[in-house]
Amino acid sequence: MQNVAIADQIDELHDPQTFITKYIWSQDHKVIAIQYGLTAVFVGLIALALSGLMRLQLGFPDTFDFINPSDYLQFVTMHGMIMVIYLLTALLLGGFGNYLIPLMIGARDMVFPFLNMLSYWFYLVSVIVLLASFFVPGGPTGAGWTLYPPQAILPGTPGYDWGIILMLVSLAIFIVAFTMGGLNYVTTVLQARTHGMTLMRMPLTIWGIFTATVLGLLAFPALLVSAIMMMLDKTLGTSFFMPALVSLGENLDYSGGSPILFQHLFWFFGHPEVYIVALPAFGMVSDVLATHARKNIFGYRMMVWAIVIIGGLSFFVWAHHMYVSGMDPAFGFFFATTTLIIAVPTAIKVYNWVLTLWKGNIQLTVPMLFAIGFIFTFTHGGLTGLFLGNVTIDLPLSDTYFVVAHFHMVMGVSPIMVLFAAIYHWYPLLTGKMFDERLGKIHFWFTFLGTYAIYLPMHYLGFLGVPRRYFAMGSMDFIPESAQTLNQSITISALIVGFSQLIFLYNVFVSLRNGKPAGHNPWGATSLEWQTPDVPPHHGNWGPKLPQVYRWAYDYGVPGAKEDFIPQNRPVTDSEQTAGERDA
Amino acid sequence: MIIETDTSTTYTDPGVDGMVSDWSADRQAFDLPWGKLMMWIFLLSDTFIFSVFLTGYMNVRMSQTAVWPNPSEVFALEVFGTHMPLILIAIMTFVLITSSGTMAMAVNYAYNGDRRKTAILMGATALLGASFVGMQAFEWTKLIEEGVRPWGNPMGAAQFGSAFFMITGFHGLHVTAGVIYLSIVARKVARGDYEEKGYAIVEITGLYWHFVDLVWVFIFAFFYLW
Repeated sequence: MQNVAIADQIDELHDPQTFITKYIWSQDHKVIAIQYGLTAVFVGLIALALSGLMRLQLGFPDTFDFINPSDYLQFVTMHGMIMVIYLLTALLLGGFGNYLIPLMIGARDMVFPFLNMLSYWFYLVSVIVLLASFFVPGGPTGAGWTLYPPQAILPGTPGYDWGIILMLVSLAIFIVAFTMGGLNYVTTVLQARTHGMTLMRMPLTIWGIFTATVLGLLAFPALLVSAIMMMLDKTLGTSFFMPALVSLGENLDYSGGSPILFQHLFWFFGHPEVYIVALPAFGMVSDVLATHARKNIFGYRMMVWAIVIIGGLSFFVWAHHMYVSGMDPAFGFFFATTTLIIAVPTAIKVYNWVLTLWKGNIQLTVPMLFAIGFIFTFTHGGLTGLFLGNVTIDLPLSDTYFVVAHFHMVMGVSPIMVLFAAIYHWYPLLTGKMFDERLGKIHFWFTFLGTYAIYLPMHYLGFLGVPRRYFAMGSMDFIPESAQTLNQSITISALIVGFSQLIFLYNVFVSLRNGKPAGHNPWGATSLEWQTPDVPPHHGNWGPKLPQVYRWAYDYGVPGAKEDFIPQNRPVTDSEQTAGERDA
Repeated sequence: MIIETDTSTTYTDPGVDGMVSDWSADRQAFDLPWGKLMMWIFLLSDTFIFSVFLTGYMNVRMSQTAVWPNPSEVFALEVFGTHMPLILIAIMTFVLITSSGTMAMAVNYAYNGDRRKTAILMGATALLGASFVGMQAFEWTKLIEEGVRPWGNPMGAAQFGSAFFMITGFHGLHVTAGVIYLSIVARKVARGDYEEKGYAIVEITGLYWHFVDLVWVFIFAFFYLW
């Protein structure tokens, strides 16, 4: 039986009729993407506010009565969990994945739009359950985003009774939502590409999102199972993760469980999660750099293989988060080695980004500024990763602010720089309007310089041995008083950066109404999403006929071409053909 | 990037060459209906879930200091005065594997266009699955009556009961979901809903069912036989 590629089956698309089917219960990937995006940004702002409160306490201890130690731990936990899972994962895959996959590969929609719609609604439920934990007795869990047992479910940790249960339920629902979306993304990329769109002609954005989704489908099971086991430990009194314990002078009923098992399961999910966030960012930043440098991406094939190899290796490095758990030194050696090997494909990517810029016709637009900013922050975060990947250097630095600075640079700030680049880059496509360039640049400089003002001093605090997660330092002999001055400066920078995001929100919402019409393809990009008949694209994306793809996504500045870019759907001319044969 | 892909070719070369040309093709990487691929990917993800369950169970079992109860004795039954270790589990396994056989036959009849036989065989598969869940309910009841609880049991390590209820429970949910899924698809087959779209859905349902069956084989080996 001949299988008709799904991309062609226009009858599968149900045209939305009413307001509700068009904007609420929509099965259109573009609407679902925007729903995902708005929800993610909304919870992200809550997490940003929480980080502001944390910084207030750290910078000015004993000043704010409304922050007590257990509140602080709850802020830390919720900030981390929301940022990693409910903002970054959801926005990069649910938001950008949904929007860009069908458009960039030339499909009319995801292969299973109904499941895609369910994915968003499950995500929304998981967010509501998560936020509900702010309103239950005891508040949200304060166990840290890693939720390590036994402390996560024992008295003494804030939110040990209701908060942790809601957190685990919310994670389970999120994983169901992610699986429904993820199955769609992977299957759509594999089976629903348009004529001429081979895998090796896909823009790197799609490669990044595709690989990250595969990672998610294989890594989230470990989180799901550990959430189920911890839930049983909490509610039924099983002892999967709980050893025999004395708590508050009483012998608990637990016995014989292994807290280390949880750490292994959690990080078997947790490390790939870093790349679930990073790989889509790698992909998108590659496309933004190539478009705004008017030059093809350097080493396309290497970039693809680097993404795939990083994805594969990410399953073999998890225990580098557990060097201080008392593991066998031989294990430490193994995981340090795999961790450092992963730096090789990552370095290839960084070199290729820089080489893409080299001798390019660089346009310093707002997306480009953020993309270049990403190269800086990612390189800095990546270099400190080499320190922490080595067991001997990690041991003294573990659980200090050095670690906080490292992971914020590499998987906090860097993906967010790319998210801003991506939002500014695709804003004209999403809305048909241009954002305000001047406000965008102001936003960039506040964010970029502010990032360094926040995180550079944190490395130094880490070297001093200032421990992370502490509500207040108290008086410790090894911490000089000047550390407190640094903390104040970090707090002030953090608040400025936090408030400068209002510029971004203002820009995005006001430009919806007041922005200049963007027209077709304002950046002169080659990839398919800019070649739709309508901007923003209508339901079904391509009008009556699917585009035909003739070339890769990076034909910028081709010698002899009339314009400095050639869209993917423009046929290869005779002169190019002979030039290509001569080069070969 | 100059060479244009010929979009009309269907790639049927065998072996490595065939795989290479499939993957380098445009439109689709596999010559399959998308639903079937999606089910395969889901099953891969689900494999990871069960692997983590089993790995977690093996970890708690091996790091255990308390005595681990002997499964062949715990799951033994007195049948007509004869002591038979694991007899119920053996019957359950037999029933589930038989159901995979009826499922495979259903797929065959579906592609031959025999709607009636397909629906009957899928119904039979669902019935066998339901009886599996029934026997599991019996097994749970028996253990609970003997005092086995998720948090402890009279025979030894508390984790025995925890892992047992968790893993068989999660698998039982999969079987139950499969029975519902099979019944819905069987009814639609009987009604003729797939006459136009083709009967790939029967095979997709079958993939899920065979997977649930295969997972049981691993649970059987690692939990009951070890």
